[in-house]
Amino acid sequence: MTRAGAARWVRLGLLVLFVVVFLIPVYVLLVTSFKPLSEADPGQAWNLPTVWTTEAWRVAWEKLEPGILNSFLLAIPGSLLSAALGSMNGYVLSKWRFPGADVVFTLFLFGMFIPYQGVMIPLVQLMVNLGDWFHLDLYGGIPGLTLAHVVYGIPICTLIFRNYYVTIPDELIEASRVDGAGMLRTFWSIVLPVSGPAFAVVIIWQFTSMWNDFLFAVFLTGPTSWPATVMLNNIAGAQTVPYSQQMAAAILASIPTMVVYVLLGRFFMRGLMAGALKG
Amino acid sequence: MTRVRRWLPGLLLVSPSIVLIGVFVYGLLGWNFKVAMTDKHDEIAEIPGKFVGLENFASIWSEDRWGLSVRHSIVFTVVFVGGALVLGWLLAFLMEKGIRGEGGFRAIYLFPMAISFIATGVVWRWLMNSATGERAVGLNRLFHYLGLDFLQWQWFRDPDWGMAAMAVPAVWQMSGYIMALFLAGFRGVPEELREAARVDGCNEWQVYRRVILPMLRPVTLSALIILGHISLKVFDLVVAVSGKQIITDVPATFMWTAVFDAHDPAKGATIAAYIVLSVVIFIVPYLIWNARRGNR
Repeated sequence: MTRAGAARWVRLGLLVLFVVVFLIPVYVLLVTSFKPLSEADPGQAWNLPTVWTTEAWRVAWEKLEPGILNSFLLAIPGSLLSAALGSMNGYVLSKWRFPGADVVFTLFLFGMFIPYQGVMIPLVQLMVNLGDWFHLDLYGGIPGLTLAHVVYGIPICTLIFRNYYVTIPDELIEASRVDGAGMLRTFWSIVLPVSGPAFAVVIIWQFTSMWNDFLFAVFLTGPTSWPATVMLNNIAGAQTVPYSQQMAAAILASIPTMVVYVLLGRFFMRGLMAGALKG
Repeated sequence: MTRVRRWLPGLLLVSPSIVLIGVFVYGLLGWNFKVAMTDKHDEIAEIPGKFVGLENFASIWSEDRWGLSVRHSIVFTVVFVGGALVLGWLLAFLMEKGIRGEGGFRAIYLFPMAISFIATGVVWRWLMNSATGERAVGLNRLFHYLGLDFLQWQWFRDPDWGMAAMAVPAVWQMSGYIMALFLAGFRGVPEELREAARVDGCNEWQVYRRVILPMLRPVTLSALIILGHISLKVFDLVVAVSGKQIITDVPATFMWTAVFDAHDPAKGATIAAYIVLSVVIFIVPYLIWNARRGNR
């Protein structure tokens, strides 16, 4: 075998080894979730179940179902709103610029990196106040949580759309202007029709981060509006819940984002790359 | 006047977002600092709290728990950032020349990114169970099967290096992302450049040292920034793996208990302000650097 050939086999071998390591948690999740209680002793920890049962899944689903529903109520409208705001901002900041647009953009970007702990205490207070002023049930409920996610999602959504729109030739916009079309008309008939991929990236990105969020949810929601992550954490944190149910609940809470990842991983990747700025 | 007519609609369209970011990001950050500078240590009482300057920022250092959580955060950051950077780089390095089934490998290394820390925390708590010997489950049991009993330890319950164990799931979750960043970086090096270096008499190793690694510097910096700011605010993972135990306390969990258990807004805000400052110190130069690079 040539040296280059041997090197290729070594690389492939190492990559396969890492695949095995990466999949260990998945094996544990699946195997444990199908085990009956009688097989819950440490000696059989890594064994396949001798009797496969979906009992743990049934119980986990019963406990988790309201949380899953809440997460959908949060993540679907939230990601659509984020995309709408992001596309408008991205369009203006790339194609219909005003003096100081770059400064505004940089100030937006900073919002992407701040640790949200830094706004959490006043945010709770603000939600309470806003709720009082407008007679809305913002604090403790899904609408308030959605609002928070949409607002703090503005930076990344703007960034993704802006970087996408930069690739549209300026001549196209100029031509539309010369034809007498205003800003909104140009947006509607020239820019929006080619925005499909950017919408996919942003919606997937926002859906995933809203679905997976825990920090905002624990600060801003109460028991009836807890999303899946908070409910899962409560299930898993209880000493009395058997491992099989915890694992089944963890899988259930991850299915929607996993489905998105498997079907639309390409767009998910692009969102990730945008998160690294121009890296 | 006509020029104003030209850009004003754009400003109007963005203005809702400008107001929202202004209020929710900058306004609330300022408000948080204001709370941190008061003596409002009781949430229930309706008193607004007196201005005490930086007193809270100084007095918190005399608390053992704060010192502990800072130490934990540092250990976690070093192991997590270092681990994810090295593993992500290695995976990208192994793949960069193209390998059969690359799409599959990438999909597997990256999938943890799509799952919440809360969900992965459930399984990692099991894997990192601290029981050893007969009662061992999780990785300690696996080590036993592999004849590596000496590797069995307390994981995140180890009083000294528990936070290093806490970084393991974080490395597992994030190194695929770092791999993707580095892979894009490797692929961004033009083939002609490598070819030119070879023609000039560089061997493969020198091509890496002299040509490719220097060109990966911007990617490495981005990766460091991303990992660093995730690390300093880590919260979900710690809660999912060990809950509120002091043994794995980090500033973010300390803040959480200050707000919800101790009902002390001023202390919570002080901790939050420290978390923000620790991130701002390196994010602001990075953003300025990035903006300059973009304008070139």
